[in-house]
Amino acid sequence: MADFTPFNRVQMAQNAAADIPEGWYVNLGIGIPTLVADHVPLDREVIFHSENGILGMGPAPAKENIEPWLINAGKQYITLRDGGSICHHADSFAMIRGGHLDLCVLGAFQVADNGDIANWATSDNDTAPAVGGAMDLAAGAKRLWVIMDHTTKSGEAKLVTKCSYPLTAQTCVKRVYTNLATLDVTDRGFVVLGMAPGLTLENLQARTEAKLHLPA
Amino acid sequence: MINKIVQSMADAMAGIKDGATVLLAGFGSVGQPNALIDGLIEHGAKDLTVAANNAGNGHVGLARLMELGRVRKIICSFPRSSDPVVFETLYKAGKIELEIVPQGTIAERIRAAGAGVPQFFTATGVGTKMAVGKEHREIDGRMYIREDALHGDVGLVEAWEADRWGNLTYKLAGRNFNPIVAMASNLTIVQTQHVRDLGEIHPDHVHTPGIFVNRVLHIPYGDPGGF
Repeated sequence: MADFTPFNRVQMAQNAAADIPEGWYVNLGIGIPTLVADHVPLDREVIFHSENGILGMGPAPAKENIEPWLINAGKQYITLRDGGSICHHADSFAMIRGGHLDLCVLGAFQVADNGDIANWATSDNDTAPAVGGAMDLAAGAKRLWVIMDHTTKSGEAKLVTKCSYPLTAQTCVKRVYTNLATLDVTDRGFVVLGMAPGLTLENLQARTEAKLHLPA
Repeated sequence: MINKIVQSMADAMAGIKDGATVLLAGFGSVGQPNALIDGLIEHGAKDLTVAANNAGNGHVGLARLMELGRVRKIICSFPRSSDPVVFETLYKAGKIELEIVPQGTIAERIRAAGAGVPQFFTATGVGTKMAVGKEHREIDGRMYIREDALHGDVGLVEAWEADRWGNLTYKLAGRNFNPIVAMASNLTIVQTQHVRDLGEIHPDHVHTPGIFVNRVLHIPYGDPGGF
């Protein structure tokens, strides 16, 4: 067996959080992306957006401080930071579709080496397919990062040359944080920026369908 | 004297016809006009097309309306929710039509209807199943698809405050789809937590001007809960 230590969920979130500079407006998808906010210190002012008209989302409230009229797009109770604001759904999506968000971080089933993303349905005849705001976020944000496991639970590659699942959007993923590596999506394809401790490029390539490149 | 405040649910629902398209505001159960949905069930209109973000939870509200066979078609972005049992059962049995729309596209289609914009082009959905059969147009080097305005014959809205001219405010995340549903519907019906005297809502604080509102019913519903 290979002698390496994969990143856990928290470390994956930390890896992404470390790369978000002060001043960015950021939307986080459900799952591991949501954890990213916990690893951006409050004194580094990053403004979090949620699709249901929330700008300036703060940490989750203590149970005794829940405001029942304040939820995020994942329908979790939230807080607003000082300076936070509320708008209606069309304005909230204008922030997304109008290219005003600096970053969106989503989970995904597959990412292709041209930046295509599949994250909303696993088959063409899915019962009751549900897309939510994923297509708007993927197509609209200035940059899209993905956080996901490097392979499926059964070991199939998720970094591929062509997505087999229905697409969410074309050629928009800029970076991927997995439990094994951090990769940029470039004109050359996937470029490995970093790997889990102990992992070799050969080992990483063996778990990746698309060809991996080293920084020029 | 203009007075849009009605005194009964029957008055609020009067005239809603079979076959109507109903725009339903709310996100989760926050800012969702639950009492008006119950009123629509009681009213009895059927063969409805309902546009909403979700497709109902459990066996209440929108889910109940569907379970009673009143909804021919649902237009939504996220039919899965915490307990979508009614929708999924009807959908699998082929008893309800589903039009799935990205959340920002459904919001913009509603806003466009309210603003008199019949069609628009968007990058959302290009290269996906959503684009199949839609008009494509390349503008300044980027591909877009055409989407059409989504009008309501009826719009159901929950406000925090309302006055007799129909000026509205919303509370926090209770705003969501409410302002655009009010704009896009021929008959906008509002349930409000509070009724204010004319002039009591500061003009700077009105979220939805009364021109977009037809009827207001005072329903001190209380805090939302249960998603």
